Amino acid sequence: MRDYEIVQSGSSRSFPSGDEFLARSVAGAEVLVRLGGSGGEDAKRAAVLIELDTECLGVHTGEFSGNEGSNVLGFARYRNGLDAPTNLIELVRQPKSSQEAVEAARLMFESAGFAVVVCADQPGRIIDRLVRPKYNAALRFLDEGLATAEAMDMTCRMGLGYPDGLIERVTRGDLARHYDVSSAIHEMTGQPAYMPARRAVVAKKRQSL
Amino acid sequence: MGAGIALVAARAGFETICHDVAREGLDRSYDQAATFFAKSVERGRMTEQEREEALDRLIPATGLGSLADADLVIEAVYEDLDVKRKLLRELNVICGERTIFASNTSTLSITEIASGCGREDRVVGMHFCLPAQLMKLIEMSRGINTSQEAFDAAWAWTLSAGQHPVETQDKPGFILNALLVPFNNDVIRAIEAGVASPADIDKAIKTGLGYKMGPCELLDLIGLDTQVRLCEAFYPVTLDPRASAPPLLRRMVAAGHLGRKSGRGFYDYTQAEG
Repeated sequence: MRDYEIVQSGSSRSFPSGDEFLARSVAGAEVLVRLGGSGGEDAKRAAVLIELDTECLGVHTGEFSGNEGSNVLGFARYRNGLDAPTNLIELVRQPKSSQEAVEAARLMFESAGFAVVVCADQPGRIIDRLVRPKYNAALRFLDEGLATAEAMDMTCRMGLGYPDGLIERVTRGDLARHYDVSSAIHEMTGQPAYMPARRAVVAKKRQSL
Repeated sequence: MGAGIALVAARAGFETICHDVAREGLDRSYDQAATFFAKSVERGRMTEQEREEALDRLIPATGLGSLADADLVIEAVYEDLDVKRKLLRELNVICGERTIFASNTSTLSITEIASGCGREDRVVGMHFCLPAQLMKLIEMSRGINTSQEAFDAAWAWTLSAGQHPVETQDKPGFILNALLVPFNNDVIRAIEAGVASPADIDKAIKTGLGYKMGPCELLDLIGLDTQVRLCEAFYPVTLDPRASAPPLLRRMVAAGHLGRKSGRGFYDYTQAEG
């Protein structure tokens, strides 16, 4: 396994307390993993990895007219809201990110048993960018009476081969969390598809009651 | 698609008249049915006697007149409103007054298909998923004039055929395509925007969401030209920007990159199959 050092300054969605990844931190390793906090370059490291939530990596590094990029990369381990984290790591790079840093990060995560995909520093990375509009559409269809939640979920499972239905999944993951993620992407893209559906807005408001 | 639906009906014990204007098409469908049922026997899903009986229930016909006594006619003709409406008008003259007409349309309005056919109260939407002989789901919808009795009878038929019906409103794409077509377009736009490669998007979706197939793999399978046609059916009706064909999709189709059928789409199949 490739060594890594973890610096944690808050809670982590990717590696919650007790995750075995946390226990394997090695001081001074060539890859530095920052959980729950920010931080800059560290030229002595092959890569510095900053855990992201809904924000872009540029929030941590600054952006320079498309010339941003160094050995500082972003990452997030995908999880559906409150569900346990999956095995997927979305590795985020900027236009001028070091290819060596990308490869070092990929090798480190893969050697720890994760599946790694690389994506640009864009709102929602890969999965949230693609699924949030689908959740909003399904929630809107439910309000419009297109079909019942059960019929839509069954269609997803039996017709599309999904392991669970969209309504079932977004509800299980927490509609208020969906509101947070979808709102963040909407703020950055301005695209109406990311405007949280009414049911997500209701869930978010009820959270603060 | 019609051949697969006929397999479902014949397998369930219904005498099934398979209509096609071309004899060659009927012969080809019969051969496919014979192959499919033979494999079902090999896999222990039906007995030899059941195979023979199911094949015997498939009755080929090149004239619409043979459908006169049918209880249910399921049309799976080309996805064109005028073609479907003309067919139903012809069937209305030929079939008994109790016959129910079902449309396997995936994009068109059942109300519009039924309009002017002469028995609007006995037309239902019955959208099978591909391949029909393997997929149990059927999206059932009623037009504005569909009677409860006709809808209930069609629903009961799907259950007796061993299928799993779900009810949807008569809206473009029903449930399945209303969710899938814009999603696939979002994927193409993400690729065009340089968010990630097709391979990484597929890997993320399969690993993170547990889908059996990545969206780029699926698009290559259904055909990028088919995706364009679906967009052209949806967008004018819904005016949903997500349903409009992305520029990259149109460029790929123009370049002949249609997916598996042309050997190249988001992936290159020429090496693997060579």
